[in-house]
Amino acid sequence: MTLPLPVKIVGAAVAVAMLACVPLVADGYRLSLAIGLLNYTVLATAWALFSGPTRYVSLATVAFFGIGVYTVAVLGEVLAWPLVLLIALGIGVVLALIIGLSTLRLSGVYFVIFTFGLAELVRQLVTWFEVNKTRTLGRYVFVDITTDQIYWQLLALAVMVFAAGLLIRRSRLGLALRVIGDDETVARHVGINVTAAKVALFMLSAAFMTLCGAVMAPRWSYIDPAIAFNPVTSFQVLIMALLGGVHRLYGPVLGVVPLTLLFEFLLANFPNHFSILIGIAFMLIVYAIPNGIAGLAEKLWARVKGARP
Amino acid sequence: MNAPPLLAVQGLTRRFGGLVAVDGLDLTVFKGEIIGLLGPNGSGKTTALNLISGALKPDAGTVALRGDFIQGLAPFRIARRGVARTFQLVRVLGSMTCRENVLAGLAFGTRNDWGVRADANADDLLQRVGLVGRGGVMTAELTYIDQKRLELARALALRPDLLLLDEWLAGLNPTELLQGIELVRSLRGDGIAILMVEHVMDAIRSLCDRCVVMNAGRRIAEGTPSAVLADPEVIRAYLGDEDA
Repeated sequence: MTLPLPVKIVGAAVAVAMLACVPLVADGYRLSLAIGLLNYTVLATAWALFSGPTRYVSLATVAFFGIGVYTVAVLGEVLAWPLVLLIALGIGVVLALIIGLSTLRLSGVYFVIFTFGLAELVRQLVTWFEVNKTRTLGRYVFVDITTDQIYWQLLALAVMVFAAGLLIRRSRLGLALRVIGDDETVARHVGINVTAAKVALFMLSAAFMTLCGAVMAPRWSYIDPAIAFNPVTSFQVLIMALLGGVHRLYGPVLGVVPLTLLFEFLLANFPNHFSILIGIAFMLIVYAIPNGIAGLAEKLWARVKGARP
Repeated sequence: MNAPPLLAVQGLTRRFGGLVAVDGLDLTVFKGEIIGLLGPNGSGKTTALNLISGALKPDAGTVALRGDFIQGLAPFRIARRGVARTFQLVRVLGSMTCRENVLAGLAFGTRNDWGVRADANADDLLQRVGLVGRGGVMTAELTYIDQKRLELARALALRPDLLLLDEWLAGLNPTELLQGIELVRSLRGDGIAILMVEHVMDAIRSLCDRCVVMNAGRRIAEGTPSAVLADPEVIRAYLGDEDA
């Protein structure tokens, strides 16, 4: 399990290079499945970046994702693509800063409810603005971005979110977050600015979610607030991260792969019972594997190692 | 003595609803002193420590560190100015090793130590408190005294000028107590001032230069350990009127 660092880097580079070849060989359906996997990988890993160490359960994922989508829908036609991404990033990060400063004093269930309410509030605000100001509820997304390009951009985002996670883990911020997760009182008394650390991480996590939404926007040719700010997205990301395990950087991916496939299967075969079925899946996961697949794998690995003399 | 005292507390007051937990407390600590903060249960000792370390904000009064007012500052700012503390109920970081616990004190306090040098400093501090070679051990595997030692090492990692010990010697057996007293005494040699809330009389008599006795939030006596422990008002506070 403990490979030298150069081997790890080369291994990761080879894996990314292979993944980059997917659009060259996959047909339309498989490529769209791969995009779904990458989309949830970015979202769930970004979610765990903040919620793993701090143990704050956020349901605001779709608020940031939706802001990314809408930024593209509004500005995609008029500005250059990199500029659109930059503006989306800016809006997402500033919103995260405001939310972070005003809500990270809340704890436990209050934070969960607030973030859920926040996503709904953003959706209602956008709806109100579209109905009363622009006098239209839906928008068409006209940008020159091919499906292959969406895939590659998502892959780049995924690489960036993992790199960010690794860098944080090795930094003082990473240690600060672990101390906060263990005991916030101790954190305050060893000189950690707890609020600043949490807000910084919340902003970083939101940055990836917003960019992910912006990159995904051209997947839809038509959007409205109910599509862009669909609360189910927040819940799915949460379930995936919890199933995979939030205490490891690679954890969420282990939940993303089986659940994306499961949701795909459920949507295709039981479209009318989709909500109740993911509800059941959620409960089973929380009861049966509280530490996620990563935790389960580590436990089994420890047992295998322990069994040897 | 023209230099201002290291810590000067004046008129410190904190209310919880109708209860005045700390009521106009005055207290000074000079560099390198060991001061005992005594009093019966519920007399406001821990609240006083919490007010000094910033865990609670005072309703009135001032706390000056080297002449600068620090009352009402966030705990992390007070910690970075060189005030470290331990807790009445020992608090170690459960998901980490001993070395990482000490690194937490090194990385964010007055030193901003990080990297290889911090690792070496952490091991030195572990050795200092008697946990030599235990750097890689998970904190959950430590005995109670060793957790207390670790908590002290983490506090020392801040390189404090003032150390607040909240019943750090409580719950130790006689052998451990002697080791603990020696350890605290050795800190004075480094120029660290200590304000200790303590009930163990042997420790108070052998360590403290002065004692401040509190009752119902107020200071009722101050002086050498033997003088305050013989004070009729102190005896009355602990034992009631009939024994005075």
